Amino acid sequence: MSTTLRINGKSHQVDLPDDVPLLWVLRDEVGLTGTKYGCGVAACGACTVHIDGVAVRSCQMSLDDVDGEVTTIEGIGKPGSMAVVQQAWVDHQVAQCGYCQSGQIMQAASLLAENPAPSDNDIDEAMQGNLCRCGTYPRIRAAVHTAAKKMQEV
Amino acid sequence: MASIGKIARRSFLIGSAAIVGGVAFGAYYVSRPAPNPLKPGAGEAALNPFVLIDQQGVTLFAPRAEMGQGVKTTWAALIAEELDVELDAVRVLHGPAAQAYYNSAFMADMLPNRGYDVSDFQHSIGQVLGVLGKTLNLQGTGGSTSMKDGYSRMRQAGATARETLKQAAADRLGVARDQLKTANGRVQAPDGTSLSYSELAADAAKLDPIEVELRPSSEWRLLGKNQPRVDMVAKSTGTAEFGIDVRQKGMKFASLRRNPRLGAGMNGFDAEQALTMPGVEKVVDMGDGIAVVASNTWLAMQAAEMVDIDWQDAPYPPETDQVFAKIAEAFDDEPNSTMRDDGDVDALPDGATEITAEYQLPYLAHATMEPMNATALFEGDKLTVWCGNQMPTFTQWKCAAEAGLESEQVELHTTYLGGGFGRRVELDFSILATRLAKQMPGVPVQLTWSREEDMRHDFYRPGAIARMRGAIKDGAAVLMDGKVAAASPVAQVMDRIAGLPAGGPDKVHVEGFFNPPYAIPNFRMSGHLSDIQIPVGFWRSVGNSFNGFFVESFIDEMAHKAGTDPMEFRLALARKEWAPAAGVLDAVKQMSGWTGQTPDGVGRGVAMCYSFGTPVAEVIEVVDEDGSIRINKAWIACDMGLALDPETVKAQMFGGMAYGLSAACFGEITFADGEVEQSNFPDYDALRMHTMPQTEVQVLETQKHMGGAGEPGTPPAAPALANAIFDLTGKRARRLPLMHDFDIMV
Repeated sequence: MSTTLRINGKSHQVDLPDDVPLLWVLRDEVGLTGTKYGCGVAACGACTVHIDGVAVRSCQMSLDDVDGEVTTIEGIGKPGSMAVVQQAWVDHQVAQCGYCQSGQIMQAASLLAENPAPSDNDIDEAMQGNLCRCGTYPRIRAAVHTAAKKMQEV
Repeated sequence: MASIGKIARRSFLIGSAAIVGGVAFGAYYVSRPAPNPLKPGAGEAALNPFVLIDQQGVTLFAPRAEMGQGVKTTWAALIAEELDVELDAVRVLHGPAAQAYYNSAFMADMLPNRGYDVSDFQHSIGQVLGVLGKTLNLQGTGGSTSMKDGYSRMRQAGATARETLKQAAADRLGVARDQLKTANGRVQAPDGTSLSYSELAADAAKLDPIEVELRPSSEWRLLGKNQPRVDMVAKSTGTAEFGIDVRQKGMKFASLRRNPRLGAGMNGFDAEQALTMPGVEKVVDMGDGIAVVASNTWLAMQAAEMVDIDWQDAPYPPETDQVFAKIAEAFDDEPNSTMRDDGDVDALPDGATEITAEYQLPYLAHATMEPMNATALFEGDKLTVWCGNQMPTFTQWKCAAEAGLESEQVELHTTYLGGGFGRRVELDFSILATRLAKQMPGVPVQLTWSREEDMRHDFYRPGAIARMRGAIKDGAAVLMDGKVAAASPVAQVMDRIAGLPAGGPDKVHVEGFFNPPYAIPNFRMSGHLSDIQIPVGFWRSVGNSFNGFFVESFIDEMAHKAGTDPMEFRLALARKEWAPAAGVLDAVKQMSGWTGQTPDGVGRGVAMCYSFGTPVAEVIEVVDEDGSIRINKAWIACDMGLALDPETVKAQMFGGMAYGLSAACFGEITFADGEVEQSNFPDYDALRMHTMPQTEVQVLETQKHMGGAGEPGTPPAAPALANAIFDLTGKRARRLPLMHDFDIMV
């Protein structure tokens, strides 16, 4: 059936069964491949996107449950005009293989929108659903603190 | 373009030092040029296989798998250093599969020495032997070799291109070449005239190459300093293309199910129900399983689950206990190797106390964040494959064989790898995508493993058992006699990817077992190979990943038995054998403020392993939090000899440690009814933000030869943690993962 989605400020018409997860609609139908498949069971966070600004695991959200504006990693900033949190990732040279980082950044952006000055415990709490097999966690933590400071300066 | 061959020849000379070593014979043969894989179009000049210049600017080729270790950046920096271009002003590409991109450092590691003890002459032999990598057409990334491989070759490629561009400018301006300077991709004349490399490229391509001495390290602008990674912006904006992100016009999506009893076939299948599902286009017989082609990946995965398949039985014992009983049988056979045999281990030295222990480590999955995948397009006389892989030339060759084509008819595009850790050395995903594409001529198809298929069809780190016997006297180790039994990844990989038998002592099987840099007067270490047919492969640090645990756990047991502080016990053994090994121990001792005493509720452990040319010491601190054990802090010191990018080295060290700690806490692959029992992250977890320790890394540069960075952080992690837990609890971990015997915080 046909569904209309709002993604990164644009409308997209998709014709798919209701139960297809948003992750695969984004990746295989809309062509937004920045959002990653890691586990399909909400255990790794690689597929994290925002719905109305709140982080959700897009592998667990079926098409007919999407009720709001979807924002993906492509929607928060681009190489020439990065979001503050993305710039903090670059400043701290966070990524190694980089595969989980879209999800990490979307999770961090959601945390910062809710809590402009997160403590280490707040970061532990918010980020522990996002797995990184390269072990970039120390630099993620540093980048979240830097992004928080930069966002408060603005 | 007649000069390209000559330029290529120069760029493949392996450095005068190696030839001075007295083994110049055969140098002509091995230094004959490999064909330049870059085919310059109109207005482009490929000055050698690593430097291409066109009207848009300079492109550098870093034909090594970028799987997180930062190789793309540091490889490009080696060229850029001599070429006088800035990293943010050039494009860096992986390039095609090509013999010219052979790895010259793989072979040196095969020599039967301990690594840290090589003389200059042996080191030269290793370098000369390295060009065998070219005859074997061995383009690959692994074994922490990239910087050893590229260090001289890439600077030479940059320098030769620079001087040739200068000669082109000299000819045009009527000025002597030595009057010209280069910077920022331009040649500058004394009168202020400045020509861009783009303007000079076509003329330069007509000239004979010009060889020059490489610049001394004191003149380096980029090397030895932290460079912003060239992949960082793309990886922070979701624009980096991994294999799974490849999109081609008209592309179909597919997923697969293969026999969960690894290596066994299939009697038949019934796809009737799957074929009625929405979006499903076809179900293909893949030999030992099926693939479903659909309009998106999820539909393909769902449909694959609905195919009813009659599997054949496993070619190995079906239960974990039986698997380890079979591995232990290898102890009854003659050892495959005894690469260390010093003194006399049969007699117990007078007055010494004997100690024995047996350890057992599980099979492990790689669990890269990006599940296995490849995309292929078969067009009759041509095959195109897109994937992240660590072995381009072998991938090209095996895919050609699968498609019934010659290697030259296969175009391979190597993308970023969403983690490698050795898993993407394997060719299974590329071959299977080719097999599927061959059924769909003219249609590009992307084949993606579900996480469950990925975890249950890995080439695992082999399960391993060690039987250790040692003796202590006057607070020091006087004897170590060890035996390790495990299946051989080398034997299996040689067979799988090259169809070659492995022979002789299997060094990788005993790496980190026979060559710990410790002076123990009576020291014998043997390796026993098990021929059990569970698929095994290269897992970050390979043999060192289990041998490091065996040796460093047992050293700790000996230290405690001797009543000597474990740090001092190791330092005494290392100082007598190799100063850099003692140096990294001293460094972590200082960094951690090691006193040998820890308050109640805190435990500390240390381990030091030498692997891939680099000694690494780690101290881990654990704390008891309401009965649960949390890894609180970690201190790492490594001695790289030369660290070309210190921050990237640090990232590899703490990342390598995290990989080792994750496995130590939670990692195991077990078997029931011949099937792997784990299937996804809930039953194969890893360290996360709240369980990763605060970590400090120190990079030393005292040793003579350059060490590797990608793997050496991993081996000391598990033993340092187990030793810390012993300090905290008084209980020795003789098997992993720790979660079975200890309450590890999750």
